[in-house]
Amino acid sequence: MNRKKERLIKYLFTALAFSSLVFLIGIVLVLFKEALPIFSRVSLHDFLLGESWYPTAEPPEFGILPLILASLWVTLGALVICVPLGVGSALYLHELAGPRQRALLKPVIEILASVPSIVYGFFGMVILAPFLQNAFDLPIGLCALTTSIILGVMATPTVASIAEDALSYVPRSFREASFAVGADRWQTLTKVIIPAAGSGISTAIILGMSRAIGETMTVLMVAGGSAVIPHSVFDPVRPMTAAIAAEMGEASVGSDHYHALFAIALILFLITFVFNIAAELISRRFRLKLGLSR
Amino acid sequence: MPNVDYDVRIKTEGPRPPLVRGPVALNMNSLGEADVFGAEPKISARCVNFYYGSKRALNNISIDFSPRRVTSIIGPSGCGKSTFIRLLNRMHELVPGSRLEGEILLDGMDILSPACDAAELRKRVGMVFQKPNPFPKSIFENIAYGLEVNGFTGRNLIEEKVVDSLKKAALWGEIKDRLKDSALGLSGGQQQRLCIARCLAVSPEVILFDEPCASLDPISTAKIEELILELKKDYTIVIVTHNMQQAARVSDQTAFFLMGDLIETGRTDRIFKAPRDKRTEDYITGRFG
Repeated sequence: MNRKKERLIKYLFTALAFSSLVFLIGIVLVLFKEALPIFSRVSLHDFLLGESWYPTAEPPEFGILPLILASLWVTLGALVICVPLGVGSALYLHELAGPRQRALLKPVIEILASVPSIVYGFFGMVILAPFLQNAFDLPIGLCALTTSIILGVMATPTVASIAEDALSYVPRSFREASFAVGADRWQTLTKVIIPAAGSGISTAIILGMSRAIGETMTVLMVAGGSAVIPHSVFDPVRPMTAAIAAEMGEASVGSDHYHALFAIALILFLITFVFNIAAELISRRFRLKLGLSR
Repeated sequence: MPNVDYDVRIKTEGPRPPLVRGPVALNMNSLGEADVFGAEPKISARCVNFYYGSKRALNNISIDFSPRRVTSIIGPSGCGKSTFIRLLNRMHELVPGSRLEGEILLDGMDILSPACDAAELRKRVGMVFQKPNPFPKSIFENIAYGLEVNGFTGRNLIEEKVVDSLKKAALWGEIKDRLKDSALGLSGGQQQRLCIARCLAVSPEVILFDEPCASLDPISTAKIEELILELKKDYTIVIVTHNMQQAARVSDQTAFFLMGDLIETGRTDRIFKAPRDKRTEDYITGRFG
């Protein structure tokens, strides 16, 4: 009886654990199935590198280069914000903060991570966009810069908490060894701790990027929505996620437009997939380097 | 300098202040007391109390370390011996909430005074840790690091010092073709000698060994001991060890710690042949510990 029960429990948990795999395979299959038909209309080359996205024009044009560049553009902008903020916070928390500051800041950073993206979107639309419009005298406040700032703030908690973990994995013995040869705190930090945590910090940055590039609601609200190749940070843009979210409702099921949107989703999936693999590989090297596992 | 038979009190805790009998020179330290080996002490601890938070870890420790001698500190786990040697280069400051009372003098200078810079002190008083702790860098960079942080520049000078330290640490022959390889690829014993080389590179005057052989096999241990005997020609050495045979083999002076007290200290041969305190005797004969 007991053995039977144990076996049952084992199967149950195995099934639960493997369900993630099933979901992933399902998602990938659906993406491919719904995306592939578009490539009978446009070649992969024209799809990826075409410069005009007019899916509802007659005849429609399905070039997603403006969307890809918009995504990369706002993500790059977000990195400029979230890397100094996130890594800086991690270094402060790890090196300088006393127990009281830590007790205050760590939960605050976690709460920042849990703010719903629609709230960030509101904030961007109502406060940041008008502010930037005034400050830079722009025709419209909803633009790449606004999006990058909001995405940067959203990605900061991810970067901060993973980078802080990376710093705390650096064995205390490295710090002691450095102090013992007469290094000061700054030298220890820049020449021992940060290099040792370097790949962990890179992982943090990559995961922050994935967070920014995959974000939808905020970019839909603040990016401005114009599907042209961006030439400055003040251009309104239409990142891939925003295009899918905005257009899926109006594209009739089974149309070319519908398949094109799936193809965008597939490209986006592949991009974040590559980011995550890179993050995993780098963090594996990091553990190896610290001798944590072989 | 006349050597005379001279009875001298050494500073220990205990019911009866024990006496050291033997030829002792008349050199006096700052307190007007002769050192066991008759030299000006390199390091003197005076009435040192140490607290982790409110817990007292060391009680009123006073001890001298003679120049170019090896002093071993023995005692059961948790007796405060590692805690004590970490005070000698102020590594205890890395532990938040610790507090130190008393005086520690290096060549007569108070190392605890605010005027004494901890980084400068650690250059003069190097340390080798219980677990080998090379940086995740190449063998060369591990040693060059100490030189760089201390303001040495010039590729040639650094190279020369790296080679010199590796030779002094008896590691050169084994790794001379592998300087660019990661230090983490070395064996435990080699890593520990690398750490010794790293320490030697910045030309310390005192080297503190905190159970340097605790994680090593007997052959590596023998090599480290041999090295310590070689190094004592030039350096003042303090070694914490669990291993009483090791203390007997390498040290000139031995100090026995028990529960935060310094029970007894004196010449190693005397401590092992004729301990004055019952507790020392019990410990070295293996009755507890």
